[in-house]
Amino acid sequence: MAPTPCALCHTSRALIIRPKNHQKLCKTCFVTIFETEIHNTITANSLFHRGERIAIGASGGKDSTVLASVLKTLDERHDYGLDLVLLSIDEGIKGYRDDSLETVKRNALQYEMPLEIVGYDELYGWTMDQVVEQIGKKGNCTYCGVFRRQALDRGAARLGIKHVVTGHNADDIAETLMMNLLRGDLPRLARATGIVTDSTASEIKRSKPLKYAYEKEIVLYAHHKGLDYFTTECIYSPEAFRGSARTLIKNLERIRPSAILDVVRSGEDMAKLVPEGVGGGSKRAKDVVVIDGEEEGPGGCGSANGRASGGEMAAMEQKLRDDEKAQENEVEITVSTLNGQRHEGTNTVPKQPRTKAPRTMPKQQMGNCSRCGYLSSQAICKACMLLEGLNKNRPKMQIQVGVDEEDNSPTLTRRMEGLTIPPG
Amino acid sequence: MDITPCRFGTSDQSLETIPIAVEFSGGLELLFSNQRKHQISLPTKDEDGQTANVAFLVQYLCQHLMKDRRKELFVMGGTVRPGILVLINDADWELEGENSYELQNGDNVLFVSTLHGG
Repeated sequence: MAPTPCALCHTSRALIIRPKNHQKLCKTCFVTIFETEIHNTITANSLFHRGERIAIGASGGKDSTVLASVLKTLDERHDYGLDLVLLSIDEGIKGYRDDSLETVKRNALQYEMPLEIVGYDELYGWTMDQVVEQIGKKGNCTYCGVFRRQALDRGAARLGIKHVVTGHNADDIAETLMMNLLRGDLPRLARATGIVTDSTASEIKRSKPLKYAYEKEIVLYAHHKGLDYFTTECIYSPEAFRGSARTLIKNLERIRPSAILDVVRSGEDMAKLVPEGVGGGSKRAKDVVVIDGEEEGPGGCGSANGRASGGEMAAMEQKLRDDEKAQENEVEITVSTLNGQRHEGTNTVPKQPRTKAPRTMPKQQMGNCSRCGYLSSQAICKACMLLEGLNKNRPKMQIQVGVDEEDNSPTLTRRMEGLTIPPG
Repeated sequence: MDITPCRFGTSDQSLETIPIAVEFSGGLELLFSNQRKHQISLPTKDEDGQTANVAFLVQYLCQHLMKDRRKELFVMGGTVRPGILVLINDADWELEGENSYELQNGDNVLFVSTLHGG
């Protein structure tokens, strides 16, 4: 086949075919247009202001590495006047995160950005290795997701930074949208499309400058720019690789590449149709819904910090399974919370069939967690709740917290209040 | 360069082969002995006597180079799994005719997974 010339410069050989419009571009023109489009996203949404300090949630993976590289390039090219910092979370997973952190350390040198690493061990007293040792591999992503969310905020707060950018890309958002659509989760459907996440659950603003960037183009950008990024799966969530929403999106892309952005745009349109009280547009509704500050779901499983990927999918699959087996779950709880039958009859949890409707949004006030002081809508924040479970050696708790983040926590609190757990 | 000679040489074959370089990245290398770059000698014809193309290469890699048993992480529905990019001499394979591209002496074929978490 004769080489195709670039559609823009008409001189160099085209190496890239753009998924969104089939445009055939040479390497140089592709790199330029990729950066320009992100610049357009940034300016159209007024994501940054001059002098702003920005923490880039950096995992060492492709998305956050490309984000850091592009933001540095654009900041210099267009004189944004930004103060860029890399913020990494060390979940404490040997053979996985320690390797990827080495990549982030190299990135910090390559991009001349300061690097802050926040460890689960220092924040929570538990590494993920220890958590998994205690609760097993099943459901550990819930812990990781809850912990990570807070860890990014705390890391930013430690640096005095109020804005964290993450590497979520168009594919991630399309996947999340499909999941929320399929499970009829209107509040999340409404929120998943936003380029900026701003809620009172957190003083830290989040944004996604790569929201309209195809994963394919991110990988090609990293390849053609020779960026140094890390790829390995989290050793605790191999199933994330097979997430069915992910597979669906990639299959759609193979048939019609523009489908990914079409899904993102449709999601934005659908978000506008979500009634206010359900958690769409109004700030107040958002405040209520994001009670645990976790609107992206447990974003564990080795994705870019907070990036919605397979882990969220795994969480959804878990939720679907659990929804089907709600009854079984109830039984599990009754049994598991007791650590034995000694207390049968005295401490049995009353069976409370989980009712789906009416799903009233509790009017909650944001306050501070009575344990750690972190912003929380509940007396005790979700991380502390999980920690309490860990510390008391009650592994099954995670299933309840992980399954119904939005409406189950009060129930859980009630249940916990009704229990007396023998020490040890 | 970490080029390792391919173990699947031409010794037992009377067929002609062409040398090509195959690379795996984005996590795919984990499925190929954790080795990013492989030099292989690809038979110039497939079993039906057709000139070796990318479809044949993928099948060949699956049978001869991939030790991992999870073939579905690389191949799905008889072709490269969606979400894996294929670059032929740095050009998107869609520009080269995808599966029907006939391999040339010294070609470099790169498979990059976009599926792994960043």
